[in-house]
Amino acid sequence: MTSTVHVTDVAKDYGGLKAVCGVSFELRQGELVALIGHNGAGKTTLMKLMLGLIRPTSGSIEVLGDNPAAGQFAGRRQLGYLPENVSFDAALTGRETLAFYARLKRETVASALKLLDAVGLGDASRRRVGTYSKGMRQRLGLAQALIGHPRVLLLDEPTTGLDPELRQTFYEIIQRLAAEGTTVLLSSHALTELEERAGRVIIMNRGVKVADGSIEGLRNIARLPTKIRLKIAGLGPGELPSWLPTGAPCRRLDGHLVEIEAEPDQKIELLHSATASGRAVEDLDVLPPTLDELYAHFLRQAERTP
Amino acid sequence: MNALIIARKEIHQAVRNRWVLASTLLLAGLALSLTFLGSAPTGTVSVRALDVVIVSLSSLTIFLIPLIALLISHDAIVGDMERGTMLLLLSYPVARWQVLLGKFIGHLAVLAFATCLGYGIAAAALVATGSRIGLDSLVAFAAMIGSSVLLGAVFVAIGYLVSSLVRDRGTAAGICIGLWLFLVLIYDMALLGVLAVDQGRSISAAAVDAMLLLNPADVYRLFNLTGFANVSSFAGMAGLAQSTTLSAQMLLIALLVWTLVPLGLAATAFSRREL
Repeated sequence: MTSTVHVTDVAKDYGGLKAVCGVSFELRQGELVALIGHNGAGKTTLMKLMLGLIRPTSGSIEVLGDNPAAGQFAGRRQLGYLPENVSFDAALTGRETLAFYARLKRETVASALKLLDAVGLGDASRRRVGTYSKGMRQRLGLAQALIGHPRVLLLDEPTTGLDPELRQTFYEIIQRLAAEGTTVLLSSHALTELEERAGRVIIMNRGVKVADGSIEGLRNIARLPTKIRLKIAGLGPGELPSWLPTGAPCRRLDGHLVEIEAEPDQKIELLHSATASGRAVEDLDVLPPTLDELYAHFLRQAERTP
Repeated sequence: MNALIIARKEIHQAVRNRWVLASTLLLAGLALSLTFLGSAPTGTVSVRALDVVIVSLSSLTIFLIPLIALLISHDAIVGDMERGTMLLLLSYPVARWQVLLGKFIGHLAVLAFATCLGYGIAAAALVATGSRIGLDSLVAFAAMIGSSVLLGAVFVAIGYLVSSLVRDRGTAAGICIGLWLFLVLIYDMALLGVLAVDQGRSISAAAVDAMLLLNPADVYRLFNLTGFANVSSFAGMAGLAQSTTLSAQMLLIALLVWTLVPLGLAATAFSRREL
């Protein structure tokens, strides 16, 4: 797979503040990458660096063959960007705004206007952007980022202000684009949404990349326990099943539920003994560590090793 | 091409925001009132009616056009940055100088439209009310409109330079008002004061020329009030017209330089900015 974005040992200082420090990664065609981290972890800074809006203090960046820090922009015709808190000129209508951006990308206005329907702005397209709600502006922002079938999409907090239905549509659109070969980098706080969709996760903390890999890969590295929830009939209050190995961390949830935290290598063994114990087990859930938990784990780890 | 796309959008916005309408009405209203009130001292029978209008209109232009130009241009860059629209625009395949040039073309087109139409109405009104206008007066009037647009270009460029250097819109507006006051009012008063005190002892005519060239408003004044013999006799500038060695071409070149240098500096400052 060809890579579309190279970030090599990039650092960016604002005065004394290190916004980004020694970050390297490579994004490949067709990847859907989630960039996660606190506010101020350097996510927006990384995107601005890729766009050449700011220049790196050290290191180099290449986006679609351009060096954005040197002001090269030929590749940007195939790049879509949605900034955090996107804003438009209030005096123009949605259609006029999108037509303007389509012209700058040398795309036909007609094809761009179809995007307005795709994001559900068809009816409001002849109204001035100044009258739009936050959610509608966000939709228009998405529409402009999608102009001209981009090969790289940089989306900064794309789903804030979107209603659940449009979030679904939004993820459908970007998953389809990724399947067709677009590199999608999206930053978000909504980790549960990303869990199912992102093929790869990059975790940032205070300007440093602390983890990078598929969710499965990160689970293997983190070695966080898997939660096994069992519904067991006929268990007295405070009582734990007898087949449970001593010392296994577990607790009683309300009613008949027992939650066991199983280390990755104990997981299968525990399930065996649970099912072998007879009829007592009525129901069973296996919950692998969520992206939330992985994120918290890698942040704790990064804080411990300065 | 990119610059023209941006220029087109700026014009569209200016029409939508009624900037075009407001500035055209303002200029036309003032030009018309000056045309008819200002003809009182010479009487309506004078064949020189248009020359009188040129004198009074160009004096008005010195105050008004720089003010309108700075109002349009002072937040062109810093304002778009604050509103967040610049962030998105610069993620598109455009160079920053193209953004600046596009805005310049757009803003200048708005200003040129307002000036030509506003002042043109005044000239048309004179013709319509039966004044006879000589060809040389008409040429002088056209030159006045042209140089007024050029003066607007100078101040649009100066506004961009301020806009590309400061951090917020308020500062840009403050600096622009200060610059306007300085170049349009204070500079002349100071120059006049210095000349009056000096009584021609140590300041040579060449030095006066140089000092006039250092202020675009004075360059414009000199061009319109001394450039045409028929006008300068009304303007009371005949004396200055004889002593100055600056030709009309040189004055026009000075105005062009006053446009291109701030515009170039603004492009440089803007290309170095981080958003």
